[in-house]
Amino acid sequence: MNARIVELDVLRYDPETDSEPHFQRYTVPCAEEWVVLDALNAVKESIDPTLNYRWSCHMAVCGSCGMMINGEPKLSCHAFLRDYAGVSRVEPLANFPIERDLITVADDFIDKLKRVKPYLIPARNEAVPDGEYKQTPAQLMKYRQFSMCINCMLCYAACPEYALQPMFLGPAAIALAHRYNLDSRDGGRDERQEVIASHAGVWECSFVGACSEVCPKAVDPAAALQQVKVASTIDWFKEHLLPGARK
Amino acid sequence: MSRKPYIREVSKTGWYFKQPRYLRYMSREVTCIFIGAFALLLLCALGRLADGPASYDAFLASLQGPWAIFGLLAVLIFAVHNATSWFNVTPKAMPVQIGEEFLPGKFVVVAHYAVWIIVSLTVLFLAGVF
Repeated sequence: MNARIVELDVLRYDPETDSEPHFQRYTVPCAEEWVVLDALNAVKESIDPTLNYRWSCHMAVCGSCGMMINGEPKLSCHAFLRDYAGVSRVEPLANFPIERDLITVADDFIDKLKRVKPYLIPARNEAVPDGEYKQTPAQLMKYRQFSMCINCMLCYAACPEYALQPMFLGPAAIALAHRYNLDSRDGGRDERQEVIASHAGVWECSFVGACSEVCPKAVDPAAALQQVKVASTIDWFKEHLLPGARK
Repeated sequence: MSRKPYIREVSKTGWYFKQPRYLRYMSREVTCIFIGAFALLLLCALGRLADGPASYDAFLASLQGPWAIFGLLAVLIFAVHNATSWFNVTPKAMPVQIGEEFLPGKFVVVAHYAVWIIVSLTVLFLAGVF
C-alpha cells in the first residue's frame, strides 16, 4: 500500500459525559483510493474503537454514511481523501440533532417521509387475474430520476430553509411525493397534496437550490419542488376560477 | 443508556456567508429591494403624470442628476441579474418531455430569453423609440 498520512478533525459527542461536542484529531495512514469512510473505519479498527458513525454499503446506495466534510454534505463513501488538502473536518449532518459522535437523530425526516405516503396508491384496484399495472417507457421517464433518491438526507443538511424552519417538510420528502404523483399507476395525489401543498410543505421552499447541488444521486429535488409549486398553483386557479371545478 | 441529543444552533442572520451557493441565492433575493423601489418610483411617476405635464416634466428633470442615474443603473443591473438568474433555472420548473426524452434545459432557457427580447423590442417600438 502506497500510504500517505491524512489528518481528520472529527466532531465527537458522548451524551453521557459531554455537555457539548468537541473536535478530536486523528492521524491516519491512507491509500490513494481511500474515501473518508475508509479512514473512519481505520480509526475505529486501530486507533479509537469508541468512534461512532453509520455506514453500510460503501457504494453510495444505502444512504447511511452522510456527514459534513469540510462543511459540505457528502456521503463519506463517496468522498475521496485525495480531493482534500490539509486537515479535513468531519462532522455529523447539519440541521439534525447529534445522537452520538457522527450519528444524527433522523426521526424528523422519517416522520415527514411517512406523512407524504411515498408508495403507490393505485388509481384502480385491479384483480390479480387481470394482470400487472402496465407502464410505457415514456411514462417511466416522467418520474424516473426522482425515484433514485436513497433517503441520505444530504439535501436536508444543505437546505437553509430547513435549518431555519424545522417544520419544513423538506426536499427529499416532497421530491418522493412528486415521484409518486407523476406515476401513471398512482391515484394518491389528492391525499399527498394536503401535506405537500401546505405552508410547511412546498411553499416554505424559496428555491435556494442547494439540495440539488449536493444530491449524490443527481435527483434534483429543487426541480421536483418547483414542479409541485406550479401544479399546486394551477390547482388553485382551477378551484377558484373554474365554475363547478372539483375541490 | 440515556439519550441526550445535542442540537446545534443555527445563526438566523449569518447563515448565508457559510457557502458561496447561499450567497448566490441571497444575491438573487436582494434584487427584490431594488425592483420594489423602482415599482414605487413608477407609481410616483404615474401620480405626477396625473397632476399634469408640468408636474411630470419636473419629475423627469429630477431624475437627470448623477445620483438618480447611478440609482437607475443599479436598478437595471439588479433587474437583469434577477431575470437571468430566474431564466437560468426555468428548466427545473417546466421540463419539456418529448417521448422518452427530455428537451435539453438550454432550449427552455433560450426560449425565455427570446420572449424577453421580443417583448422588450415591442415595448420600445410602442414607445416610439424606433
